[in-house]
Amino acid sequence: MSKIYSLGIDVGSTTVKTVISDENGEIIYSKYQRHFSKVKETAEEQVRAIAAEYPDAVFKTAVTGSAGLGLANAGGLPFVQEVYAAFVAINKCYPDADAAIELGGEDAKIIFITGGVEQRMNGSCAGGTGAFIDQMATLLGITADDMDELSLKSEKLYPIASRCGVFAKSDIQPLLNQGARREDIAASVFQAVVDQTVSGLAQGRTIEGKVLFLGGPLSFLKGLRKAFKETLKLDDEHAIFPENAPCFMAYGSALHAMENGDKTYSAEEIANLIKNAVMSDSTVTGRRLFESREEYEAFVERHKKCDLAYESIETYSGDAYLGVDAGSTTTKMVLITPDGKLLFKHYVSNKGQPLDVVTKQLRRIYELIGDRVNIVAGAVTGYGEELIKAAAGVDYGVVETVAHYRAASFFQPDVDFIIDIGGQDIKCFKIKNHAIDSIMLNEACSSGCGSFIQTFALAMGYDIAEFSQLGLFAEKPVDLGSRCTVFMNSSVKQAQKDGATVEDISAGLSSSIIKNAVYKVIRANSADELGENIVVQGGTFLNDAVLRSFELEMGKNVVRPAIAGLMGAFGAALYAKEKAEQEKRTRSGLISQSDLETFAYTTRQANCKGCTAHCSLTILTFSDGHKFISGNRCEKGAGLAAKSNVPSLYEYKYNRLLSCVEEKPSSAKAKVGLPLCLGFYEQLPFWHRMFTDLGFEVIISEESSRKTYYKGQHTIPSDTVCYPAKLAHGHIESLLERGADVIFYPCESYNVDEGGSDNHYNCPVVAYYPELLKANVASLNEENFICPHIDINLKKHAVSVIEKAFEKYGLTKSAISDAYDNAWNALKTYQSDVESKGKEIIDYARLNNMPIIVLSGRPYHIDPEINHGICKLITSLGMAVITEDAVFRNVSTPKLDVLNQWTYHARLYRAAEYVTTQADMQLVQLVSFGCGIDAITTDEVRHILESKGKLYTQLKIDEINNLGAAKIRLRSLVAAMGR
Amino acid sequence: MSNAVFTPEMKDTHTILIPDMLPVHFRLIASILDQYGYKTELLRNDGRSVVDEGLKHVHNDTCYPALLVIGQFMDALKSGKYDPNKVALLISQTGGGCRASNYIHLLRKALDKEYPQIPVLSLNFSGLEKGSGFQITPQMLFKMLFAVLYGDILMLTYNESRAYELNKGDSQKVLDKWINIITKRLEKGGYTKTKQTYRAILDDFAAVSRSKEKKPRVGIVGEIYVKYSPLANNHLEEFLLSEGCEPVVPSFLDFCLYCAVNNVNDGEIYGFKNKTTFTFGVGYKLIYAKQREMIKVYKEHGEFTPPHDFEELRHYADKYFHQGVKMGEGWLIPAEMAALEEGGVRNIICTQPFGCLPNHIVAKGVSRVIKEAYPQANIVAVDYDPGATKVNQENRIKLMLANAR
Repeated sequence: MSKIYSLGIDVGSTTVKTVISDENGEIIYSKYQRHFSKVKETAEEQVRAIAAEYPDAVFKTAVTGSAGLGLANAGGLPFVQEVYAAFVAINKCYPDADAAIELGGEDAKIIFITGGVEQRMNGSCAGGTGAFIDQMATLLGITADDMDELSLKSEKLYPIASRCGVFAKSDIQPLLNQGARREDIAASVFQAVVDQTVSGLAQGRTIEGKVLFLGGPLSFLKGLRKAFKETLKLDDEHAIFPENAPCFMAYGSALHAMENGDKTYSAEEIANLIKNAVMSDSTVTGRRLFESREEYEAFVERHKKCDLAYESIETYSGDAYLGVDAGSTTTKMVLITPDGKLLFKHYVSNKGQPLDVVTKQLRRIYELIGDRVNIVAGAVTGYGEELIKAAAGVDYGVVETVAHYRAASFFQPDVDFIIDIGGQDIKCFKIKNHAIDSIMLNEACSSGCGSFIQTFALAMGYDIAEFSQLGLFAEKPVDLGSRCTVFMNSSVKQAQKDGATVEDISAGLSSSIIKNAVYKVIRANSADELGENIVVQGGTFLNDAVLRSFELEMGKNVVRPAIAGLMGAFGAALYAKEKAEQEKRTRSGLISQSDLETFAYTTRQANCKGCTAHCSLTILTFSDGHKFISGNRCEKGAGLAAKSNVPSLYEYKYNRLLSCVEEKPSSAKAKVGLPLCLGFYEQLPFWHRMFTDLGFEVIISEESSRKTYYKGQHTIPSDTVCYPAKLAHGHIESLLERGADVIFYPCESYNVDEGGSDNHYNCPVVAYYPELLKANVASLNEENFICPHIDINLKKHAVSVIEKAFEKYGLTKSAISDAYDNAWNALKTYQSDVESKGKEIIDYARLNNMPIIVLSGRPYHIDPEINHGICKLITSLGMAVITEDAVFRNVSTPKLDVLNQWTYHARLYRAAEYVTTQADMQLVQLVSFGCGIDAITTDEVRHILESKGKLYTQLKIDEINNLGAAKIRLRSLVAAMGR
Repeated sequence: MSNAVFTPEMKDTHTILIPDMLPVHFRLIASILDQYGYKTELLRNDGRSVVDEGLKHVHNDTCYPALLVIGQFMDALKSGKYDPNKVALLISQTGGGCRASNYIHLLRKALDKEYPQIPVLSLNFSGLEKGSGFQITPQMLFKMLFAVLYGDILMLTYNESRAYELNKGDSQKVLDKWINIITKRLEKGGYTKTKQTYRAILDDFAAVSRSKEKKPRVGIVGEIYVKYSPLANNHLEEFLLSEGCEPVVPSFLDFCLYCAVNNVNDGEIYGFKNKTTFTFGVGYKLIYAKQREMIKVYKEHGEFTPPHDFEELRHYADKYFHQGVKMGEGWLIPAEMAALEEGGVRNIICTQPFGCLPNHIVAKGVSRVIKEAYPQANIVAVDYDPGATKVNQENRIKLMLANAR
C-alpha cells in the first residue's frame, strides 16, 4: 500500500490554501491563491492540480477557514476550526512560542499559549485585517505592496481609527485632502492595525515572550511587521515570521487530519466531493432589478432626458463660471456658460492628491479656452474646499449642501427632496419653501457607501462599471441587509458560501446601499415621507443598478441628471455666478495660466501650540511663498488672531470644574484620587468638597488626551463601548501614576433628582463603570480602589456608606454629615455659576447680534478630547455656545412620547423645549458613538424642536478627530438659519 | 403618537398578540390569559421580513431585541392575517435603568402612522402604564408564577433529554404532552400537587431512551431576549444540538427572582423601607420557596440536573460583582456564569445584542474575573444584530467548541 499523505485545505475569505504533509508532518507541497469569490471553483482547481501531480496517492484530509465551513458541510468533508488548526501547527513547529497573532483576509485572531491557552477572534465589528489594508490601499490609489514600500519611508504617525474600515476612511480622507504625505499615512494605517489587534483582541492580556506572526498580510507586508515589532517591543529573536505563514492554517488542518482523520481519499475523490458540494441556499433573495431588457431600455431612455445642454469649449467665446467639488475620493470640475451650458467637465478619482488634480485640469482649461473665454468667478465645495481656495485662488467657498441644492433646482425647480450618494457620504435634504429645511448625513459608521462598491468590485477582480452592470439582470439578487459596510462584508461572505453568483452579489450590494440610505440615514417609514419631486445625484447614482434599486424601493420614478456625479461642481459654478452678479465681479481671482506653470508646493507637519488641544497641523507652502494651514480647530492654528470674542460656555465650564481642585487641606490624611471621567465631569465639586472637608488631599487624573486613551487601551474589555467610557481606563492609570493612596469612584445607579422626570437614573455605563474597571484593571484591588454603591440624594445612607468605605481613617458621622452638606452646596454653586455664566453669554451674544447655539450633550462632553473642539468650530462660525445645563431649568419638561428616566437625558428635553421659545437660539446635540440611550433621545429631541419650527442638528462623535462631517452640518445649519 | 386604550369591552372583540420570547413559558402564560377571557395568540413569524420591518420602524441604533419584537408585530400586522381593528399587542416592560423600558414607547411610535387604533398593553410588575382595561389580578399573577415554574422544568429537562435521545422526537412528544396537561391543570388552579407533577414530568423524560455518551455541555447566558428567543439567537439551541452538544439554558425563574430581589436590595443598599421593598420581599420569599421545592424534587429524583438555587446565585454574584448592578441583566449574568462553572458546565456562550449597554459591563466586562476564578472556563461572547451573519456567529461558536473537546 502506498504512503498516506495528509491534505489541508484552507478556504478563507479571500484566498484558498492547500498543503500536503507526509506522515512525519513535513510539508511536501503548498499553494496559496486568491479566489476572487469563486470559492468552490478555486478550491476544486487546486485539488485537481494535486490530483494531477499525485495521481496514486492516498490522503487524509480536513478543511478549515471561514468559507471552508459551508464547503465542508455541503461536501461531506471533515472540518476543523481555523484558529484550532493554527494551534495544532504551532504546537508542532514552534512548541516554545508564547503567543501567536494571525491576520487573515477578514479575521484577526490571537492565541495565547503560555499562562493559560486562550484563543480569540475579532468580534463581528472589526476592521484591522487584510481587507482593511486593501481598502486603505485602494483609497490611496495604490496596491498593498506599494503602500508597504511607502510606509517604510514615513516620518510621522497620525492617529487613525482601525476599529472599522469606515472609521479609518473618515480619518484618512481629510489627511489626504490636506496634503499629508502618503508615506506617513501608509505607516499610520499599519500602526492602526497594530493598535486594533492590541486593544481589540488582547483585551487586557499582555502580548509578550516569543510571538508568532501568521497569515497573508503579516508575511507579505514589511511595514506591518515592523509596526508590530516596535509596538510590542520585540527583538528579532522574539518576533517570528514563519516562512510558511500564509499556509499555516492549511498545514495545521493537514496535521489535524493526520492525527484524527479516519477516512482516506484520493485527491480525485476530494475534488469531486468539492465539485458536487451543493451549498444550501439559505440566503434570502431580493427582487430582480429588471424583468427584461426592454424594461431596462425604457429606463435608460427615461433618464436620458435629464441632461444639460453642451457648448463646445473650443469654439465658445464669452463669460464662464468655474465650479470645483473637491470631494472625499473624487474631484469634480465644471466650466459653464452664464446660461448653464456645459463647456468642460472632469470627474476623476483624486487618489489622495486633490490639489494636483485641480491644478492639472486648470492648465488644461486654460489651454482649451485660449483668450476667448473670460472666467468671471469660481467657487469650490467639498472636503478640500479650503485647500483649493487657498492654493488656486478660487473666489468663493460654498457648503456642499447649498451647492447640491442649487444644482438640483436647476433640473427640477420644485425639488423637495435631494439624495446624494458620493464616495464616502450620503447626504439627504428636504427642501421647504425653496430653502434647505432638514439635512441628514450618514454617521461616521456607515459612510463609505460608493467607495465600498468600488473596493468590492476590485476585490472580485472587476472594474466598477463592469461590476455594477453585472447586477442589472441578476436572476436572484441576494439580500445583504442594511448596516455598515463591515457587516455587509460578512453578509457577502455568507452569500458566497451559499453559492451566490457575482451577478447576484452585485445587485444585492446596490440594493443594500439604497436600504442603508433610506432606512438608516433618512429613517423613512414610507416613500411618501420623502417628497414628491426627488432628485438623486452623486457619482454612485450613475450606477444604473443603484438608481433602479432606489426607484424600486421608493415605488416612484425620480430625476437623475446625466451629470449626477458633477452636481456639486455644477452647483458651485451656479453659486459663483450668483455671487459674482451680486458683487458685480467681472474677473475671477483664479491663479493665472503663467503662475500655474511654476506652481509647486511643499508639505510640512507640525503641532499647533496655541492651546492645550495641540491640533496636528499640515502646512502647505506654495511656490509664491504663501501658506495654507489645515488640521486646526480654531483660527489660532491658521495663524490668524482669534476672531472677535465669540463666547463659549464649554471652556468656562471646563476651567471652572478643574479649578475647584486647587484647594487642598493643610495636612492630609491621605491622597484620594478622583478620575476625571464620566460622571465626575459634574460631580467633581461635590466629591472634592466632601474629601477636602474630611481632611484628604484630592488629586485628579490628567486632562484627557489621545495619550490617556492609549494608556488604558489594553484593559478595555468591550470595544464597542462609548469613547468617554474607554477614556476612563487611562484616567485610572494616570491616578496610579500620580500616587493616589486610594482611588474613589462610586457606582451610582441614581443621579441627582432634578424633578420633572419619571426617574433619575444614570445610564448603565456611567452607573457601573467602576465595577468594570475593578474587574479589568489588574493593578486595582480592595485597598486602592473604593467603589461603593451610593445614591447621593439620600443623606443618611450616603453618610454611612462613606463612613464604612473609609473606615480605616476613623471618620465620624457628624464630620461626614457636615461635609456632605457642604458638598451639596459646592455642587449647587457650580451649577448656578454655570447658569449665570450662561446668562452672561446670552446677553453678550444678543448685544452683539450673534446667534446662540445650545450645544447639548452630557457633562463629560466638555472634555476637549471627547468633543474634539466642536465648540471652537461653532464659535469660529460666529455663533455663541452655551450648554444644556445652563438653560434647562428655565422650563418644565414638555410632553414626551418616551419614558423619561435618566437625569442627563431629561435635561436635553427641557433644553430643547427652552430653545423653541427663543428666536435666536438653535440646539445642536452631541452624541457619543455607541450611546444606546441616545438612540431614544435623538428622535425625541428632534421631534420637540421640529414640531415648533426649529432645526435639529446632531453631531456624532467618537475617538475620530476629523471634524469634516461636523463642519458640513454646522455650516449647513448656518446657511439654513440665514434664510 | 398612538395611544389607543384597551377598553374592557375589547376583551371580547380583540385578539392580543404576544411576541415569541420563551416558546414554552409563553405558551403557558398565554393559556392563562385565555382562561380569563382574553383571546391571545403567540406570534411565530420568523425570517428576514421581521428584521426588515424592524429596521423600518425602529431607530437602527436601538438594541436588537426592540427591533425584533417590534418587527415581529409589524410583520404580523402587515401579513393580512389580523383585522387591525380587532387586535391588541402585549409587550413586557421591566422599568429598569436600561433603555429596554422604552420598548413600549418605541412600539407605539412605530404604530403611529399606520395603525393608530391598535392598543398596546404593558406586562409589568412595577406599576407602569396604569389605567388600562388590561389588568393582571393577583390570582392571574399567581397562576403565571406556576406557568413559569412548569415552563422551567419542561424547558430544562427537555433540553437535557433531547441532547441524548436515541429516537429523534421522543423528548418533543413528552414536552407536548405535558404542555397540554399543564394548560388544563392551570385552568383549575394548578397550585396543588406540584411536587407530584414535577415528579411525573421527570419520570416521563427519564423514560425516554438516551445514550450514555458524554457530550460537551454548553451554557447559554446573556441578555434575556436574545438568550431565550430562537428568532433572536438564530436558533442557537438547535445549532448546538446539531454540533453534538447539550445546550444548558438557565431557568427563566432566575430572571423573575432577580427582578424581584433587586427591589429588596435597593432598600438594603440605600437604607430605606417602604411598601415596595416589603411587597417584593414577601413575593421573593414565596417564589424562592417554590424554587427550592422544585430543586428538592429534582434531587430526590436524581436523573436530571436541577436549576440553580437562587440564593446560591446571589452568593456567587457577591464574589464578582455588587448586587447593586441592576440594570439589564446586571449581576445575574456573572452569577449564572459562575454557577454554570461550579456545576461543571465549562463552556459558556454569552449572547448579547450588539452594543447592549449593560452587557459592556456585566458580560464582556466580567469575563476576565470569571476566567481567573475558573481557569477551565471557555467563554465566548456572541453579538446579535440585524447585520451580523450566521456564519460569523457560528464560526466563533465553533472555535469555542473546538476548545471544548
